[in-house]
Amino acid sequence: MSGVIVGLLWLLSCQLVGELAVRLTDIPIPGPVVGMVLLLLVLHLRHVDEDSPVVRAGNFLLSHLQLFFVPAGAGVVVYLGVLREHALPIAVGLLGSWLLGLAAVGWTVTLLTRVRADLPGPLAEGPEEVEEIE
Amino acid sequence: MRLHETWSWLRSSPLPWLLLTVGAYEAGRRLRARTGHPLAQPVLVALVVVCLAIEVSGTPYADYRSATQLIAFFLGPATVALAIPLHRHAHRLRGLVARMLLGLVGGAVVSTTSAILLVRWTGGGEALQRTMAPKATTTPVAIALAQRFDGVPALAAVFAILVGTLGAVAGPTVLGLLGVHDRRARGLALGAVSHGIGTSRALHDHPVEGAFAGLGMGLTALATCVVLPVVLALVM
Repeated sequence: MSGVIVGLLWLLSCQLVGELAVRLTDIPIPGPVVGMVLLLLVLHLRHVDEDSPVVRAGNFLLSHLQLFFVPAGAGVVVYLGVLREHALPIAVGLLGSWLLGLAAVGWTVTLLTRVRADLPGPLAEGPEEVEEIE
Repeated sequence: MRLHETWSWLRSSPLPWLLLTVGAYEAGRRLRARTGHPLAQPVLVALVVVCLAIEVSGTPYADYRSATQLIAFFLGPATVALAIPLHRHAHRLRGLVARMLLGLVGGAVVSTTSAILLVRWTGGGEALQRTMAPKATTTPVAIALAQRFDGVPALAAVFAILVGTLGAVAGPTVLGLLGVHDRRARGLALGAVSHGIGTSRALHDHPVEGAFAGLGMGLTALATCVVLPVVLALVM
């Protein structure tokens, strides 16, 4: 169990540095996202393996990511009246822009992948790199 | 029997709400394992149970929120931990960086612009348009952006979580219908429109999709912060 505590220390340290950096520089990014970039650097520099404390603690938290959104999500009860009153624009806005955004990112990345795959030489994407779903 | 004292202790203790939230989430996990149905997302099951309990018991949301502070706190270190799958699959980024950035910045423009215009065309007011605009970003960013650009911060958080849950439920199916089969593209797209909640579905489906969803989420947060002021200046 001590491993998990060490891992949690790493995660919290990265978050703290991220939060401080965001406040000191006034950049409009949340601290944890900066912390994620920091941890990426740490993992890269320290060559951590799959069984290291930070990986075990991090994987545990990630496998329950959905749980951590529940307290904020339950805030929907405060806005039930607003949701009912503006049901049409909210439903159309949420569903429509979600679908358009999903298609925009998905298609841009895959279409450009296909174009590149058609090119000969080192620019081409090797077949082993394109992972398709069975 | 000190029934009255015990009852008032129970009412002010965070324990019942913590238990209910974690219990409903665990029930959702079991439902997912048993049925495998896309609607059986732990976050959705937990939200339905918790919202019903709040409504039925007449508890002010602020009380529930402070009782479950402990759970919400872990969103921070969990977001930091998204670096782990990303690090493991970083080699798959080779040759993809330019396309990915183009896709994600384009996605942020499409998401924010279409959210504003669709709300406007269906009769939503300016405050609602400004609140809807940042909803694709992860909850803390959506809150910060709504605050900065005259939306309603708490409602922006609700929109973000609704759209995240939508992604967890329907994202993989819709990506299949759209013909997006490359695991990296699927992950990026799901993270870009449904942030951490979509990412958790992606992590559950496939490790590569999960890693790229985390990346899509993080970069979309950045891109939206840069793009939103420009979009607002152009379309508002």
